Amino acid sequence: MIEIIEKKNTDRMTNEMRIEFAAVSDNEAFARMAVAAFITPLNPTLEEMSDVKTAVSEAVTNAIIHGYENRGSLEDRVHMGCILRGDVLEVEIVDRGVGIADVEMAMEPLYTSRPDLERSGMGFAFMEAFMDNLEVCSDVGFGTSVKMYKKIGTSSWIASEE
Amino acid sequence: MEDFKIIDNYLMIRLPDEVDHHISVDISAKADRYIMSKKVGNVVFDFERTTFMDSSGIGVILGRYKKISCFGGKVYAINADNRIRRLLLLSGMQNIVEIMDSKTKT
Ligand SMILES: Nc1ncnc2c1ncn2[C@@H]1O[C@H](COP(=O)(O)OP(=O)(O)OP(=O)(O)O)[C@@H](O)[C@H]1O
Ligand SMILES: [Mg+2]
Repeated sequence: MIEIIEKKNTDRMTNEMRIEFAAVSDNEAFARMAVAAFITPLNPTLEEMSDVKTAVSEAVTNAIIHGYENRGSLEDRVHMGCILRGDVLEVEIVDRGVGIADVEMAMEPLYTSRPDLERSGMGFAFMEAFMDNLEVCSDVGFGTSVKMYKKIGTSSWIASEE
Repeated sequence: MEDFKIIDNYLMIRLPDEVDHHISVDISAKADRYIMSKKVGNVVFDFERTTFMDSSGIGVILGRYKKISCFGGKVYAINADNRIRRLLLLSGMQNIVEIMDSKTKT
């Protein structure tokens, strides 16, 4: 039997997790897979899964190569937090690195400060394209926080009886 | 692992399952060694096995394009699924890369 359940209160937190990991490139795959596993119970479509993985990969890579200047030091830490409010995912990726002087310019598609590292300047553009909402907060010398939101599992408001 | 193969004047690069920053550094370095030592003119990126890519993959393509285009070389992308295609188009790669139609991958 299928019943339509009431739209969940979007303010109430229904799940939460937090991880901290070393700012080394091996952890890029770890981070996006952790988020993918976290949202699996929401039955995301393949498309939604790919969207989230790409966006997380972009933000984490930025923390590692820009925030921590690609040092690859185990002392440099990336913090990743995920919150579910009903079917809305909120992911926050935080580094305590160099920060961004001009966020608006940094978010321009094709802008990169590191063409020497073969960056293409598409990271923020991909995050914006694949998530519903993106908030960037940064302070030079203190670090950067990137918050992204996405509604998952477009049919999840129809719950089938277990 | 990614595979490199030279056919005539083409360097064929079979990309791995996941193309991110971690692996792309390696792919670029290896590709450049082939381009320099074997003097190949063109590069073909084969996405047959690729299920995940982020902007790092765009960087790999752009970087190889810059290396070979001033000598008249061309860059091709083959076997890209809809997802990879979307990433390429969002980045404007269609202007510098020949994105080949091929059997649709599911
Ligand atoms: N966490 C961060 N700390 C410091 N600077 C950052 C951070 N994230 C992004 N930036 C700055 O913003 C710019 C744009 O970021 P974006 O991800 O769009 O492009 P990119 O990383 O340079 O290239 P790509 O993501 O295509 O490889 C970066 O070049 C960098 O200067
Ligand atoms: Mg980036």
